[in-house]
Amino acid sequence: MQISEQLVRQVVQEVLASMGQAEPAKASAPEAPAQPVSGLTLTELGPAQPGTKADEVVIGLAPAFGLYQTKTILGIPHAVVLREMIAGIEEEGLRARVIRVRHTSDVAFVAHTAAKLSGSGIGIGIQSRGTTVIHQKDLDPLSNLELFPQCPLLKPETYRAIGRNAARYAKGGSPNPVPTENDQMARPKYQAVAAVLHIKETEHVDRNAKPVELAVSFK
Amino acid sequence: MKRSKRFEVLENRPVHQDGFVHEWAEVGLVAMNGPNDPKPSIKIENGRVVEMDGKPRSEFDMIDQFIADHAINLELAEKVAAMDSRELAKMIVDVNVPRSEIVKLTTAMTPAKICEVVGHMNVVEMMMALQKMRARKTPDIQCHVTSLTDNPVQIAADAAEAALRGFNEMETTVGIVRYAPFNAMALLIGSQTGRGGVLTQCALEEATELQLGMKGFTAYAETISVYGTENVFVDGDDTPWSKAFLASAYASRGLKMRFTSGTGSEVQMGYAEGKSMLYLEARCVYITKGAGVQGLQNGSISCIGVPGAVPGGIRAVLAENLITTMLDLEVASGNDQTFSHSDIRRTARTMMQFLPGTDFIFSGYSAVPNYDNMFAGSNFDAEDYDDYLVLQRDLMVDGGLRPVSEEEVIAIRNKAARALQAVFKELGLPPITDEEVEAATYAHGSKDMPPRNVVEDLKAAEELFKGPATGLDIVKALAKNGFEDVANNVLGMLKQRVSGDYLHTSSIIDKNFVVKSAVNDPNDYAGPGTGYRISPERWEEIKNIPWAMRPDQIG
Repeated sequence: MQISEQLVRQVVQEVLASMGQAEPAKASAPEAPAQPVSGLTLTELGPAQPGTKADEVVIGLAPAFGLYQTKTILGIPHAVVLREMIAGIEEEGLRARVIRVRHTSDVAFVAHTAAKLSGSGIGIGIQSRGTTVIHQKDLDPLSNLELFPQCPLLKPETYRAIGRNAARYAKGGSPNPVPTENDQMARPKYQAVAAVLHIKETEHVDRNAKPVELAVSFK
Repeated sequence: MKRSKRFEVLENRPVHQDGFVHEWAEVGLVAMNGPNDPKPSIKIENGRVVEMDGKPRSEFDMIDQFIADHAINLELAEKVAAMDSRELAKMIVDVNVPRSEIVKLTTAMTPAKICEVVGHMNVVEMMMALQKMRARKTPDIQCHVTSLTDNPVQIAADAAEAALRGFNEMETTVGIVRYAPFNAMALLIGSQTGRGGVLTQCALEEATELQLGMKGFTAYAETISVYGTENVFVDGDDTPWSKAFLASAYASRGLKMRFTSGTGSEVQMGYAEGKSMLYLEARCVYITKGAGVQGLQNGSISCIGVPGAVPGGIRAVLAENLITTMLDLEVASGNDQTFSHSDIRRTARTMMQFLPGTDFIFSGYSAVPNYDNMFAGSNFDAEDYDDYLVLQRDLMVDGGLRPVSEEEVIAIRNKAARALQAVFKELGLPPITDEEVEAATYAHGSKDMPPRNVVEDLKAAEELFKGPATGLDIVKALAKNGFEDVANNVLGMLKQRVSGDYLHTSSIIDKNFVVKSAVNDPNDYAGPGTGYRISPERWEEIKNIPWAMRPDQIG
């Protein structure tokens, strides 16, 4: 018998439903939003809508990005990250649309959500700590076009290149993947800090919340 | 503040490159004995668990349910629950209580109980317990053989050398996924050139991994992951039942397999439900037991940076290995990922398993330089071989490796590269040149190898995977080209699928293709002079590192 992913998913959901899955206990009350990120204003415009224009790339921000957290694990301000990514997309002549994904902090699902709402079918997902994925709407959520799992190695120029490549995919191209470094010693140095940042991101997940359209302005 | 020169020196030591964080117990950033961990309890009615670790059955999540229904020996469960945990801990450490007796009690504990019991032990007591509780008497060691460029010739040569050096299990994986069939085949041929009977695997997405095993390109599997909270499990589109189903798929094809888990994975993914890393890992060990799987790879594995950053984290990693053996499972005990910038710290971490011995002290040791390690680097690599041999010699501990001569290593690497060259030719795969064979013979890593045509390789690898070729075609190709001995060894590995002897707990296969497992080599440690002891022949081997000076030649 062929077991499709859809079937597995369905079975999982049925099992969970029959067991009355409880929401994960909130570990502690989420802290108040941080001071507005210097240089970045994110204004909520209401529920994010599916795009109709093929010349857009949707950037999905994880729940705490630019709101409860303000910089990546390397200390790069979220304003810089977002500005570089949007600049990369615009360099290729495309338009960036920014949404906040609130129902998950998993970067693959954040990116896949963005891709599904994108007119071009291409989305980028980014967590507060900086971990990034370029996704395409027809791929499995845990698959991707390009994955940048080692956030301590991502610099402003990397984010610009990620924006550029996402736009190239949106135009139907097959760009060379953004060159990434591989530092085997990033684990002992950053893994626990990355876990803490992810916990703080996950605290702001609302499993029932829909993605929100954002207006972005840089000061 | 004017800086102290001493503090400046200390800050520049490698250990300061490691990340350390304080505990945050509310979210599960705590190694063991967390304040929110459940208290042990069990209630059984009509042969069914109605309460476990303070939770009534109606509140069970799917993991609780799976454990309560499949993983605990209910016959003794209430008796063990009523016993004092400190007394149980003493019995486990006590050399006068045989493993065969205490294992009846340890397999009847609930997850919270087993955590409470090991929580009474310090690391020396845990090592004592591990020495007694591991399933197989003879300790062993596994290695990683990978290549940054997925170079099959290099993989074959490194596998042959690793077999010669004493590794009895080998694991490869890929940089580019589509290379998998080549890497698996190169590892198989290389390992069987080095020594017949070495078990090999290729870590991949689970369905592909199973398919390669069914083709006979690999002999076992290990990267079937389980998690300690429902949220993390479901994010991977899985349940304990789906994992058990996958496990039975391996068993039905006569393939050895073990699960993988480790402390820190749940908190790393943000869903630890406020429980300690060890308690959640204990649940993973029970899922493994409940699925009927013979063994588990744990010891934090790829999340080692998380327990490694909190107080007592490395003690918890030792505790999770110990819990695995207490449930009568094979343990492949980690030490397989970059852990620290400090040589002092990474060595100390490994001593916890090296000194008592486990079924596989490493899972695995990088048999290539870490720059070629596609599992993101191991705690020990090919550049640490001589240090490791000296540790064995200093402490008279069998860590599984043997000294080798440069001549024999060069010869075996060359033979493996030529064997792979012949098989590639016979199967119509992109040719391996004599230049590549020569480079692989003398190489340290992929930087010493000429580049291959990756596009051509990938195309051929995909066709090989989709095509009808199996392990038997490899046997034929080897035999036809004068590698009868290697052909016989590969055939010997295929025969194991039919006999199934190596599906027993903690199996390895010796050079005569005799399976050594917890069944015919059970751990009977009962204090000094018992259990595994280094034989005089093995001690001669360990003693004779080639670079030690002979007294008669000094002066």
